[in-house]
Amino acid sequence: MSLPAEVPLPRAGEGTEPGETAESASTARSLPQLLHDNPTVVPFIVLLLAVGLFSAIVGARFFHPFNLSLVLQQVTIIAVVGTAQTLIILTAGIDLSVGAIMVLSSVVMGRLAVLDGVPVEFAFLAGMLVGGACGLLNGVLVALLRLPPFIVTLGTWSIFGALNLWYSRSETIRQQEVEAAAPFLQWLGTALRFWGARLTYGSLLMLALAALVWYVLQRTAFGRHVHATGNDPDAARLAGISVARVLIAVYAIAGVICSVAGWTLIGRIGAISAISGGTANLDSITAVVIGGTSLFGGRGSIVGTLIGALIVGVFRNGLALAGANALWQEFAIGVLIILAVAIDQWIRKVAA
Amino acid sequence: MTAPILAARGLGKRYGRVVALHDADFELMPGEILAVIGDNGAGKSTLIKCLTGAVIPDEGAIILDGARVHFRSPLDARAAGIETVYQHLALCPALPIVDNLFLGRERRRPGVLGRVFRALDRGAMEREARAHLNALGLLTIQNIRQSVETLSGGQRQGIAVVRATAFGSRVVIMDEPTAALGVKESRRVLELLLDVKRRGLPIVLISHNMPHVFEVADRIHIHRLGRRIAVIDPKRHTMSDAVAIMTGAMPPPA
Repeated sequence: MSLPAEVPLPRAGEGTEPGETAESASTARSLPQLLHDNPTVVPFIVLLLAVGLFSAIVGARFFHPFNLSLVLQQVTIIAVVGTAQTLIILTAGIDLSVGAIMVLSSVVMGRLAVLDGVPVEFAFLAGMLVGGACGLLNGVLVALLRLPPFIVTLGTWSIFGALNLWYSRSETIRQQEVEAAAPFLQWLGTALRFWGARLTYGSLLMLALAALVWYVLQRTAFGRHVHATGNDPDAARLAGISVARVLIAVYAIAGVICSVAGWTLIGRIGAISAISGGTANLDSITAVVIGGTSLFGGRGSIVGTLIGALIVGVFRNGLALAGANALWQEFAIGVLIILAVAIDQWIRKVAA
Repeated sequence: MTAPILAARGLGKRYGRVVALHDADFELMPGEILAVIGDNGAGKSTLIKCLTGAVIPDEGAIILDGARVHFRSPLDARAAGIETVYQHLALCPALPIVDNLFLGRERRRPGVLGRVFRALDRGAMEREARAHLNALGLLTIQNIRQSVETLSGGQRQGIAVVRATAFGSRVVIMDEPTAALGVKESRRVLELLLDVKRRGLPIVLISHNMPHVFEVADRIHIHRLGRRIAVIDPKRHTMSDAVAIMTGAMPPPA
């Protein structure tokens, strides 16, 4: 979000208490107030600090275009899944099944196109439909049966995971097989090369998708309804919003975005395996939370999630380049999550 | 005598063996502030819920502008022009003022941008929001893009009132608008009520606060034991009369 433009309105002549106006005056804004109105400021500062820290430790290697593009490749899938997760967390929900949906749709695309000889465009479409259907199921259970999202998606995580193992027969489709039968599925792994950097189409798609979802959330009525539903469902209902429809749409859209993540996953690893992408669930939640989106719903942004994913990527990459044991990457991410939530609580308490 | 803008005839509502409303009448005249008072459990909130579509009465009729209406939900009532300011405000605290004012009735950009890309017309919404705030004298709010939670209780109540009055409504119902406010803030809200009345919109005011009721109401509807027991003129009766009638200590005036 941009800094709100101050629009001073003329004051009413009578009945104006100076104390009351000063309360909301821009001049009297405190730091938490400012952060409250611009929730992506904190993650942005953290990202800058992380970049500064690792360039100091690791030196020029960190800033090499190849390494920067590597960080981007590493965060692409998390960012795509995180985009889906942001939509859901904005409605005060959570989706533990995003990783399972991603892998299931990649397996559906792969098996249909490579093993069953279905034309690749139909296989691709089937993968998207499967993702949308999985999300729709989550949405219906959350919105119509009014079950807690955590429980619903904990259940569907298992269900989609089991279906995935059954349908894939736990077989991996090798990279060469995909390349021979359905190169389109690997298309997002194609990279633009310049100055030593490898910028994949997958990363570009990720940025385009984030821009699209940002537009929908900020510039359309539907996006405002998503925020309202997460912030105060009763108020949203009284304003004439069909909260159930918003929720179902959000979960279904998130499902389709997970399918896009599945396509990106094939581009990234080349092969198609039922057991890939296992950390995508928690990584996506991590990116959203570090990006400043509140788990209580209604507050947050896609930009924050992108920055959150980048922070995770920079920490992992920087610690790896610095030669630290991989366990310290996990340690650092854990500290970041707790800090992010603590800052969110502090901002909301002090600014309220 | 002019016809009531909103009326109810012989409303009845029971919950199991509990009779909440029995043969209750109601009349709101154009341009007036009608206060509705009653002891707890007298059925006044059930009456109001029938008028706002939140409760469907078992019997009786609701008449809006001379025509019988059947509300099945608060949205029906709102579509018919009955706006309610709820006690808990029904605003989304994290959303900006302008988004709250237009929640559920957003304006889209003209042309392809609006039709195909569903783009909101933020400029028009902000201009309109500012005009509505100005019209009700809520000029002290600096920035209509600031979130509602940064406002004081009275300012929030003001936003809720502006939302209820801004969109071509015919009747505004206010449920305990001053209950959660301090003295100064209550003052502002009462002035706001009188402003709304001056603009010609009739108001139903539900309140437990007798001084507030007697200050702004043109007539007072007293509810007791599930029905309207009296309508009194605040200029001809005292607060203690009203309380006595409400509690049954004094027979209602003929």
